Amino acid sequence: MSDTQDPPQLYAAREPIFPRRVKGKFRTLKWWLMGAMLAVYYITPWLRWDRGPQMPDQAVLLDLSSRRFFFFMIEIWPNEFYFVAGLLIMAGLGLFLFTSAAGRVWCGYACPQTVWTDLFILVERWVEGDRNARIRLHRQPWNWEKLIKNAIKWGLWLLIGLATGGAWVFYFTDAPTLFWGLLDGTASPVAYITMAVLTFTTFFFGGFAREQICIYACPWPRIQAAMMDEDTITIGYRSWRGEPRGKQSVDTSGDCIDCMACVNVCPMGIDIRDGQQLACITCGLCIDACNGIMDKIGKPQGLIGYLALTDEPLERAGKADKPVWKHILRPRTVVYTVLWAGIALGLVAALFLRANLDASITPVRNPPFVILSDGAIRNTYDMRLRNKHGTDRWFTVSATAGGDVTLALEGTDALRVLVKANETLEQRLYVTAKAGTVAAAAHHLPLRLWITDAEGTEAPKAERIYKDTIFNGKEDK
Amino acid sequence: MCAKPIKDDAKPKVGTTGHSWDGIEELNNPLPRWWLWTFYLCILFAIGYTIAYPAWPLIHGATPGVLGASTRADVEADIQHFDALNAPIKAKLVAADLTAIEGDDALKTYALAAGKSLFATNCAPCHGAGAAGVQGLGYPNLLDNDWLYGGAIDAIYTTITHGVRNTVDPDARNVGIYMPAWSDKASGPLADMATAKLSTDQIGQVVNYVLKLSGQTADEAKATAGAQIFTENCVACHGEDGKGNRDLGAPNLTDAIWLYGGDEATLTKTLNAGRGGVMPSWGYAAPGTTARLTEADIRAVAVYVHALGGGE
Repeated sequence: MSDTQDPPQLYAAREPIFPRRVKGKFRTLKWWLMGAMLAVYYITPWLRWDRGPQMPDQAVLLDLSSRRFFFFMIEIWPNEFYFVAGLLIMAGLGLFLFTSAAGRVWCGYACPQTVWTDLFILVERWVEGDRNARIRLHRQPWNWEKLIKNAIKWGLWLLIGLATGGAWVFYFTDAPTLFWGLLDGTASPVAYITMAVLTFTTFFFGGFAREQICIYACPWPRIQAAMMDEDTITIGYRSWRGEPRGKQSVDTSGDCIDCMACVNVCPMGIDIRDGQQLACITCGLCIDACNGIMDKIGKPQGLIGYLALTDEPLERAGKADKPVWKHILRPRTVVYTVLWAGIALGLVAALFLRANLDASITPVRNPPFVILSDGAIRNTYDMRLRNKHGTDRWFTVSATAGGDVTLALEGTDALRVLVKANETLEQRLYVTAKAGTVAAAAHHLPLRLWITDAEGTEAPKAERIYKDTIFNGKEDK
Repeated sequence: MCAKPIKDDAKPKVGTTGHSWDGIEELNNPLPRWWLWTFYLCILFAIGYTIAYPAWPLIHGATPGVLGASTRADVEADIQHFDALNAPIKAKLVAADLTAIEGDDALKTYALAAGKSLFATNCAPCHGAGAAGVQGLGYPNLLDNDWLYGGAIDAIYTTITHGVRNTVDPDARNVGIYMPAWSDKASGPLADMATAKLSTDQIGQVVNYVLKLSGQTADEAKATAGAQIFTENCVACHGEDGKGNRDLGAPNLTDAIWLYGGDEATLTKTLNAGRGGVMPSWGYAAPGTTARLTEADIRAVAVYVHALGGGE
């Protein structure tokens, strides 16, 4: 290399992008999806669900302060966090499945960054006009018109950001109470801080960062490359049909008339004709744009469209594409589906099998046993009894052991305790084996402790569960 | 699929860095400039942080930082905050009748939690983290149902408040009362307390009698001889039936629980050399000092120990 060359620029300013408005079936689909997803996001915290007098009536509530998650009829306690973990794993596997089948559909249609950016671009277009007007406004020096339009745009963006952050906090506490609290200033500072942070991030990510988030900040575009293969259906340009691009009047030219419609509508500012690339979120808008042009010049649609890599040789040879189901049905997608469904079935089974009472029982191991005055051996157990009923319940304790043992509860002569509605009670249990019995002499014995809901009168039989532990006898020396 | 073949790509859209090795050129995909700014912002933040917060290590400590932040002060403030929050229930705990504490859910919950933490800090070194004591050293097991001075809540409270045989608290339990050293070869204060000097044979006889009392295997002939010596010398404290005397802290010799051990060797050692454990006073304040534990703390520990399984 010669020394006369200019030193290379290692940093570049962001190229502003002014996506043109487009009409077509993917644009329509995206409007409907956007409406549906925003509606779900904003409306969900306001849905009510009757759970009884002592329980919150919000259908979806992540109650972090009392450590309960509510999803309609499902209530998740902290010890059942595997439900949440399972749902997250299912969400991950579902994402893998969709990505391996249909490419970056998450990025193009469902990602909040895409949805909110789409909404912000819509606002921008309302205020400033379509692509050409926006470019003109961007290029002209600051004057009153530019100032006012920008102020209106930013104001609307801020309002959307505020609503976004506002809806978020409603998921974590009773929405109507918090709403009035936010208005009269009595809400928790955490709510205000969360709203402020989310307002700012929404405003900034949707208004200014946009495609930079996808290209530079988000790890998902890199990860999903590992889930796609040559059968993945994704958006591509049929170069064998379109090239050489140029004026339609030239006989040798392909179908692409180089009108730049696909580039002008792209929210990522890329040219799909360069091939698959990291920045493409497969939003489908270039398909709509190109199809509109093809209609106008009387060429068939689909110069840009959804296709798989394996379709290219077929199409070049003039044959029909592989059917879509053959693209989708392949070992990778089957494995993802089986894993996804397996976890789903497991969670549903666990949901129906779980009892309304729950216990964890830990033997106290310091010391493993205590010798009593009469030579009897006593073991101590720390029990945590959880009452998931909406009402106070009496729980009784009993045992099945390999030898004769007697039970006693700390602080009470009876073998039953009251556990308040939706609470966990810590209770000590003593298990004693008389001197000279099998249990007292054994090194250790299996012990099964039964917890019975003594007042399970609504149920056909008393609900009960057991926990297996061990009883330590006097060690042989 | 759609990418043009490499040969068509003769003019790459991105420039090169000018680096070329064996004809392989390094393409230059410039980073966004805002990325560079975030680096500069991070550097600025770091500089600001070292000025605002304790940062640069010096010989004695670190630069204090202009904001005066101190995690130590934060902890102190936290402790004061929680002490203030606990003050009402502590006052209630002190005012309550000892025997009524366990009937009051709020008081009991607080006392058990506070007692557990106080026990771990103050009592565990001798009695063990699990309160099982150390038998060989004579630190009593607090989990069983045998008590030297009583296992009711007020007896436990008194023991904790004043301790046992300590030289500080005039109200300490068992001041001057010991298990004497009975061996005729023993000397010293514990030997002076003995009402008789016993030979090795005689001590063996008493040991066998005690083994028999507690239902262990014993030499009948020795035990019978030992019974006579026991009646003459031991019943004053341990009682005629050997069941002990809580007023004197004299252990029950007929049950399965032993402070130092109930086997022949340990009993022989106990008789030969005597015993006399000491427990500090936790509630006594010498003039001009404060007690080791406050009244509320002692009550909390008493409730905790009472609820360990052996409480009466």
